[in-house]
Amino acid sequence: MKKLLSLIVASVVMCAALLTGCAGAEGSDSNGGSSSDGDFIVGAIYINSQNDTAGYTYAHHQGITKAMEALGLSTESNLKIIDNVPEDDEQVRTAIEQLAGQGCNIIFGISFGYLNAFAEAAEEYPEIVFCHATGYLSNDTNFNNYFGRIYQARYLAGIAAGYKSLEIGNNNIGYVSAWGTEYAETCSGINAFALGAIAVNPDAVVHVNQISTWGDQELERQAAEVLISSYGCGVIAQHCDSAQPQIVAQEQGVFGCGYNSDMASDAPDAHLTAPVWNWNVFYQLAMETAMNEDSASDFISNIGGNYYGGLTEGMVDISPLTANNAPEAAEAIELARDLMVSGQWDVFSGTALVFSGDAGSVSVEQVPAALMDNEGNEIVAAGGASVDDGVIQGSMNYYVEGVIAES
Amino acid sequence: MLDVITLFLFNIVIYSIPLLYATCGEIMVEKSGSLNLGVEGTMAIGAVFGFLAGCKADSLLVGVLVSFVVSAVVGSIFSLFTITLQANQNVTGLTITTIGVAVYFFVGNALGANWPYLRDCVRLNKSFSQIELPGLSRIPVIGKAFFSHNILVYAAVVIAILIWVYFEKTSTGLKLRAIGENPGAADSLGIDIVRYKYLHIMFGSGIMGIGGLYMGLNMGGTFEGSNCWINGYGWIAIALVIFANWSTTHAIIGTFVFGFFNTLRVYNMPLATAFPNSLGWLSKIPAQFFSALPFIVTLLVLIISSIRSKKTGGSNSPTAIGVNYYREDR
Repeated sequence: MKKLLSLIVASVVMCAALLTGCAGAEGSDSNGGSSSDGDFIVGAIYINSQNDTAGYTYAHHQGITKAMEALGLSTESNLKIIDNVPEDDEQVRTAIEQLAGQGCNIIFGISFGYLNAFAEAAEEYPEIVFCHATGYLSNDTNFNNYFGRIYQARYLAGIAAGYKSLEIGNNNIGYVSAWGTEYAETCSGINAFALGAIAVNPDAVVHVNQISTWGDQELERQAAEVLISSYGCGVIAQHCDSAQPQIVAQEQGVFGCGYNSDMASDAPDAHLTAPVWNWNVFYQLAMETAMNEDSASDFISNIGGNYYGGLTEGMVDISPLTANNAPEAAEAIELARDLMVSGQWDVFSGTALVFSGDAGSVSVEQVPAALMDNEGNEIVAAGGASVDDGVIQGSMNYYVEGVIAES
Repeated sequence: MLDVITLFLFNIVIYSIPLLYATCGEIMVEKSGSLNLGVEGTMAIGAVFGFLAGCKADSLLVGVLVSFVVSAVVGSIFSLFTITLQANQNVTGLTITTIGVAVYFFVGNALGANWPYLRDCVRLNKSFSQIELPGLSRIPVIGKAFFSHNILVYAAVVIAILIWVYFEKTSTGLKLRAIGENPGAADSLGIDIVRYKYLHIMFGSGIMGIGGLYMGLNMGGTFEGSNCWINGYGWIAIALVIFANWSTTHAIIGTFVFGFFNTLRVYNMPLATAFPNSLGWLSKIPAQFFSALPFIVTLLVLIISSIRSKKTGGSNSPTAIGVNYYREDR
C-alpha cells in the first residue's frame, strides 16, 4: 500500500513537472525579425556553465557581456543564454528553437560540434543571424563562422619562451597539448609557438606531450610533470583548459606560458605570458552589424563573410609580460607584433624573423628561409608567401622543424 | 634510465592513493549491506570543504578533520534516506553524486576570486610535503618510489590495514559483516542494525572525503570552472571494491594496478624512449587505449571473480548488499 501510494505521488509530481515544462516552452512568444536597439536580443549557446570562473565558456561569456555593455545593451534583459549544451545536434536544435522563441535577433554558438545544427537553423530562421565559433560552415546570407589568429599570439609567446630558454641555458621547451596534428587548431598553435622560440634560440626544441582530450586536469598535470622530469624542459607551454601545467612549472621551479587567460596568478614565479582571446572584438562587431542592418540576410555581405581576426583587430593578444621574462623579450615581441599588425609579415611564410642584440638594442631581420616540417619536407619555399588561412584553420597536419611529438 | 622507472612507480602511488581512500570507505559502507553510488559526490564535498577549512586554518589536520566530518554528514544523509526512510539505495547514491559535484562547483564559483591559493598556506604545504622514511627511502629505485611520500599516502595504507583488522579480528567487525550478509539473522541476535549501519556508512563516507581532499591538494588546490578534482575516481573506486573482492588489503594492490595503467598512459613514451628494445612497442599504442585499459581490466576481473565465486563460493560480496532492511518484512 505504502509503495503504491508513493508511486502515485511520484508520477503525479513528474507529470506536473513535465506539463509546466511544456507550457513554459510554448508560452514564450516569438517576435523575430528586425527591431530597434532597445529590444535587440542576443542569444548564446554555451558548452559549459555561464557561471564558470575560468576557461573557454567563461572567456566567451565575458566577451559577449563586454560587447553588450559597450553597445549599451542590457545583459539582464537583452541576453538569453542556454548553457551546458552538449555537442549533440538534437539538443543544440532545441536550444536554438528556444532562443528563437524568445525573440533573439542574433544567436552565437561557441562550440565546434554545434556546426551542423547551426547550418540547418540558419536556413530555417532566415530572419535571425547565426554565428558559430571555430567551425567551417557558413552561408551567403545570415550565417558565418568566427575564429581568431591565435597562432600570431602563440608566436609572440614563443619568443618569450625562446629568450627564457637562452637565459636559463636549457633548449628543451615543453608543450602540453590537448591534441596534436589531428586538429589544425592545436597543430598551428604548436608550430607558431615553436617558430617563435626558434627565431630567438635556433637550438630550441619543443617537446609536445599530447593528452588526447580537451579537458582532464590530472592528465594535464602528469603530462607537464613528465615533460620536466623525463625531457628536462625548462619552459612549459600549453594548449589545454586548466592551469595545471603552469602550477606544475611553479612547483618544480621552471617557467611557463599559459593559455586562454592570464595565468600569472596561478603561477606567479613561473608564468611568462599567455596567448589570450579578446572575443568581445568579434561579438561587438557582429552585434553592431546585425543591429544596424534592415534584414538578417544582409549580415554576411555587411560583415564581410567569415571572421578571422588577429593581432591587427585585437581579437587575439598576449597577457602582460611578467617580471619572470628575460630582459630582451618585451622589445622583441613588440618588433614582431608590429610586423604582424602592419601586415608586412606573417608566421607561416617563407620568411623567418631573426632577432639579435641585447636588451635595449634588440633588432629584427627578415630572412628568406624555407618553412620545413619536422620530417624534412618543404612546406613553403624560401621567400614564398604564407600558407593559406584555410590550411591554418583546417588542414595543417604536420609539425614544423624543431618540434618533437613525445606521445 | 632507472630514474624513469622510479618516477613511474612514484607517480603510480601518488595517483592511486585517493582511490585507496575511496575504495576502503566504500568497502566499509558495502560491508554494512548498503551500496552507495554517491562516492564521487561524497569525495567532492569532502574535498572542497576540507580544502577551504585547511587553507583557512593553514593546517592539514584541520583539513582532514573537516573533510572527514563533512563527508560523514553526507553519509548520514544517505543513511537517513536508505535506512530510516527506506529509499532506493541506487537512486539515493546517484543523487548524492549529482548534488555533491554540484555543491563543489557552487562553492567554488561562489568564492570566485576569493578562492585561496594553496601556495600561500605555508604550514599546510609543509605538512603535505614528502616524508622520507628513514632507511627504507635509501633503497635504490623503490626507496624513492614507495617510501618518500606525503603523510596522507602512508595514512591510507595504515587505514586500509586497520579496517582489515577491524573486519577480521574484532567482534564488532564480525557483527557488521553479519549485517551485510543477513540482517534478519543479525537482528535476531540483538545487534542494533540501524545504529551499526548509520555509523559505518558515516565512517566510510568520511574516509572517502579524505581521499577527495588528497586529490584537491595533489592538484595544487586550484578550482577550475568546468573540471572537478575528483575526475571520475569515485566511480573507479566502486569498480575497485569488486576488483579487491571486498577486502581492504586487496584494495592496496587493486588501486596500485589501476594506478599502473592510469600512469602508463602518460609514461608510455618516456618508458619507450628509455628502454627502446624491450618497451619500444609502448610508443605505438594510442593514448585512448591506455585510458580504456583500467576498465578493460575491471571487466576481466569481474568475469574471473564471478567464475571463481561460482566454483568455490569465494566472493566476499555481502549477500544483502543493495537490499534495504525493513524489520517488518522479516
